[in-house]
Amino acid sequence: MKEYINSGSKDTRSGFGAALLILGRNNPDVVALCADLTGSLKMDEFAKTFPDRFFQVGIAEANMMGIAAGLTIGGKIPFTGTFANFSTARVYDQVRQSIAYANKNVKICASHAGLTLGEDGATHQSLEDIGLMKMLPNMTVICPCDYNQTRAATLAVANHLGPVYLRFGRPKWPNFTDPDQTFEIGKALICNEGTDVTLFATGHMVWNAIQAGKILETNGISAEIINIATIKPLDTAAVIRSVQKTGCAVTVEEHMLQGGMGDCIAQTLVRNFPAPVEMVGVNNQFGGSGKPEELLKAYHLDVPDIVEAALAAIRRKGGR
Amino acid sequence: MLTTEDLEKISCQVRRDIIRMVSGAESGHVGGALGAADFLVALYFKIMEPNVSRFTPDGIDEDLFFLSNGHLSAGWYSVLARYGYFDSSELASFRKLNSRLQGHPSTSEGLPGIRMCSGSLGQGLSVAIGAALSKKLNRDEHLVYCLLGDGELQEGQNWEAMMFAAAHKVDNLIAVIDCNGKQIEGPVDEVISLGNLSAKLEAFGWNVSEMYGNDMEDVVSSLKKAQWYTRQEQPVMIIMNTHMGYGVDFMLDQHQWHGVPPTRDQAAAALRQIPETLGDY
Repeated sequence: MKEYINSGSKDTRSGFGAALLILGRNNPDVVALCADLTGSLKMDEFAKTFPDRFFQVGIAEANMMGIAAGLTIGGKIPFTGTFANFSTARVYDQVRQSIAYANKNVKICASHAGLTLGEDGATHQSLEDIGLMKMLPNMTVICPCDYNQTRAATLAVANHLGPVYLRFGRPKWPNFTDPDQTFEIGKALICNEGTDVTLFATGHMVWNAIQAGKILETNGISAEIINIATIKPLDTAAVIRSVQKTGCAVTVEEHMLQGGMGDCIAQTLVRNFPAPVEMVGVNNQFGGSGKPEELLKAYHLDVPDIVEAALAAIRRKGGR
Repeated sequence: MLTTEDLEKISCQVRRDIIRMVSGAESGHVGGALGAADFLVALYFKIMEPNVSRFTPDGIDEDLFFLSNGHLSAGWYSVLARYGYFDSSELASFRKLNSRLQGHPSTSEGLPGIRMCSGSLGQGLSVAIGAALSKKLNRDEHLVYCLLGDGELQEGQNWEAMMFAAAHKVDNLIAVIDCNGKQIEGPVDEVISLGNLSAKLEAFGWNVSEMYGNDMEDVVSSLKKAQWYTRQEQPVMIIMNTHMGYGVDFMLDQHQWHGVPPTRDQAAAALRQIPETLGDY
């Protein structure tokens, strides 16, 4: 199996903040808005360096989404920053009408997504945001896996014309992808080639899928590992091609099983190449308080859960 | 130079258009559109400097207008057509399949003159503020106008937007509240009273004035006065008192005419009260 080395754990939100600063320097049309979470979103350097292009909106996310939509009229490229829950569920109608339906060039940048937010608990752990955003026509949904990739994805979305939902997280997390990568929107990234099962993972869970792949390898199972960094538009060709080779799949995400990335994979396969799919995610439950690692264990998103799901998928394949 | 009478003639035709469009679609909102017709005509034909010959979504170097209460679409479409954004014959397609004149304003159909979708209430003021900030960043001296409904002020986002505009001194924006005192279920005062609206707006840090929206002379002079109030580090709001259904006696001040289309007979009766001034589409 291809070896991945953690060059030093970093939070993905800092990758976003670093890229936003670069964008500020390189593109005078880039503006940023934040709803009283500048520090949490790592937008403070941008705010300090470009005070005229940074708008503190206070704790008023609905207004932030509307102002961002308005800023595009005149050619600005607004990046909004708040937690994933407040970027989606709290402002769904504003995003739906003023951004998605109007097809405005707003980049909705959402931190603290998923269970790995940790102690703040269910009120702040967004496990529905991928589903909410992927259902909106015109919306692109991106969920990078580590600091380097979040940085690259942030740079990439500025050059994409149209609304984008960019999802990242709070905790320090292994940073293992190429620091000089160019992020290609809509492309599934093959982390490891294999033949027995495909592990489709997104966000923080890509690292966990790689760890699961290593364990599977010691058991003589060859796992193909694919990073679904863009959930919408989904790289359906890559999904189908891989499962045509491996014959079964596991999806892994820090999100509700009902409506997440796994649903997109399952739908693609059902319509094009029916094959056994096991899904690792949160099953119809709200989150809770705890350390990120404790929560991943408690909600069955840990490495052993992925290994078990892979074995189950392979068993089902054998029975066909 | 268009005189007050010229403008009144245009509003008259716009009112005919509204009745004919909604009646033709057997669906839509006549009451609010009739009440706000004079304002929309004054704004486009006298106050703003829209670049009608070359419509761009960015609207750089021209005044912009946002309609927050999107259910006034029939009135807005008529004014856009009569101003020259598109041929008035297209008004006949209002609310029909594959029309660019969707039930509520939409950008997805590419109708010239429209830069934002509206319909779900409470979002327009935020959008207008964003567009005004964009103008400031672009050093574009033109103004942004926004029309809101009074019932719509029950949506909390408006008050977030008002707080923001005052705090950030968004002073290149003129917002107008169409106070016809009516909403779907009845008088605004009975559904959820806005209380002392002008005191509230002033407390939120806006420059507040009032006008009578069904008197063309007052509308034009009040809007011109409001232009003088801009660029003084304070957002500008006009409380515009209007009558729902203005121009048709049996619709006047009747909240039942918020969103009910007139029957063929009712439409004919209404049209008898509104002379054809510029030619029906």
